[in-house]
Amino acid sequence: MKKTSGKKIIFVVIKYAVVLLITISMVVPFIWMLSASFKTNLEVFEFPIRWIPETIHFENYTNVWDVANYPRMFLNTVKLTVIITVLQILTSTLAAYAFSKIYFPERNVLFLTYLATLMVPYQVVMIPQFSIIRQMGLTNTHLALIMIQAFTPMGVFLIKQFFDGIPDELIEAARIDGLSEFGIYSKMMLPLSKSAIVSLAILTITATWNDFLAPLIYISDKNLYTIQLGLRNLCSEYTTEYGQIMAASVMSVIPIFILYCFCQRFFEEGMVSGAVKG
Amino acid sequence: MEKTTLQKRSAAIIRRNRKKAYLFLLPNFLGFFVFTLIPVITALVYSLTDYDGNNRMNFVGLKNFLQLFSDSSFVFSLQNTLIYTIVTVPLIILLSLLVSVLMNNGVKGAPIYRAIMLFPHIASIVAVTVVWQFLYNAKSGPINQILQTFGVDNPPAWLSNQKTALIAVMIMIVWKGIGYYMIIYLAGLRGIPADQYEAATVDGANAWEKLRYVTIPNLRPVTFYATIMCIINSFQVFTPIYVMTKGGPGRATSVLVLKIYEDAFVNYKFGYASAEAMILFLLILIVTLIQFYHNKKMEA
Repeated sequence: MKKTSGKKIIFVVIKYAVVLLITISMVVPFIWMLSASFKTNLEVFEFPIRWIPETIHFENYTNVWDVANYPRMFLNTVKLTVIITVLQILTSTLAAYAFSKIYFPERNVLFLTYLATLMVPYQVVMIPQFSIIRQMGLTNTHLALIMIQAFTPMGVFLIKQFFDGIPDELIEAARIDGLSEFGIYSKMMLPLSKSAIVSLAILTITATWNDFLAPLIYISDKNLYTIQLGLRNLCSEYTTEYGQIMAASVMSVIPIFILYCFCQRFFEEGMVSGAVKG
Repeated sequence: MEKTTLQKRSAAIIRRNRKKAYLFLLPNFLGFFVFTLIPVITALVYSLTDYDGNNRMNFVGLKNFLQLFSDSSFVFSLQNTLIYTIVTVPLIILLSLLVSVLMNNGVKGAPIYRAIMLFPHIASIVAVTVVWQFLYNAKSGPINQILQTFGVDNPPAWLSNQKTALIAVMIMIVWKGIGYYMIIYLAGLRGIPADQYEAATVDGANAWEKLRYVTIPNLRPVTFYATIMCIINSFQVFTPIYVMTKGGPGRATSVLVLKIYEDAFVNYKFGYASAEAMILFLLILIVTLIQFYHNKKMEA
């Protein structure tokens, strides 16, 4: 009995050691970033690391804010994120309703074919997509980014899965009561699926906010830059402004961090429900 | 079941339903056709031409594909992508399995640790990469400073050395990826029936045996799915490399998607870049088909 408890203690110690070590390694780069964002360029690489800077240099933030046109990029990113998220939710819930609650013979085949395109990586599509956008005369516009990202097979899949869990009898009853299909969709399905919609919204917001490749391809006008493009540009233009680069990094992470603090549950739910299809 | 109801329904109802359904699908399908379906087919066409984005395209047959394998920078990028995948995927899967099993074993404060571990996955990849670039700084970065205090006299130059650059990128990617797969594993662990553990306890199994004979076999489908997803994601790695090294030094960290991007949007070789993209597509297709047939086998 004593022997096993001795073994148990060792196991508990190892367990906590591993978990804590990994947790710390995950958080330290972020703390380093935050700390460096308040330092002068000389102090950033000081060693041993002074986690709390001697004097707080808030001017890194104000400099980035003024010089690098950050308010503009912030607004651009917020605008894109909001519009794309709203459109994705709209197109996904509408399509999911058709796939889940309206019966037509080719429904399942159509759904599976549609889902199969999830397999196609963006990198295959991006070149012809660029040609199409260029023919429409929309390169270097936000509209281009909005159009190519307004629909998502993944979103349709997530919402359809949730809709499938809402009993068909409920829908049938509403039809008998004379509610139109759009009425059922907007007055019953949407309110019933709030949690799934929030999960999708969170996934989309994060993906759009952090997106890099698509803005990199389409946007060259600095006035149209997103936060991520701006950060990357700042790094290549002001390579030695360490403090400012860190301040800009903090600013590009903060909005998602705040969202994460309030909606952690939905982040996880979205990820897991996207994963269980296997 | 569906067949009998189908027969009962009149053709008129089906027609009406179909009209309604397509109305609901329209907004999504519009974008889908124009920006996914047509481009997929066009990409295939491009890959057989010498299209440069401006001049008339000429059909060149398989010339692009044949050229690929004598293009050393393509071969190199492909090689790097494969190395990158072979190294990072097992590390991410093993570490996230380890952490999730430990966390599931009862750790005080687990929700907080979990939240922290997931954050690197959610945070902007550009910002994270920029921070790591600083951490890796050869002369004065914290990583090398710490190594030096531990007595490593000549710490690696990380991103500025051809031999260590890819390793540096891979370390960061493993760091960033663990949290996501841990969440997937934790969901899988919750799905293991408790009575299996009880039965194992009755049989006198110790913690290791329970892990070996109950947990890991039960997690097999999750592991399979996670591995496939992780492989597909590694094939598509781009942003961290573009931001961190742009493929350098030399071409030590050049990967497939970086090569595709540069050939398409820097060199304007749309045809050639599309052929490269087709190779990427092929790789992903193979992995996906493995998953598909594996699932079929499991269901049967």
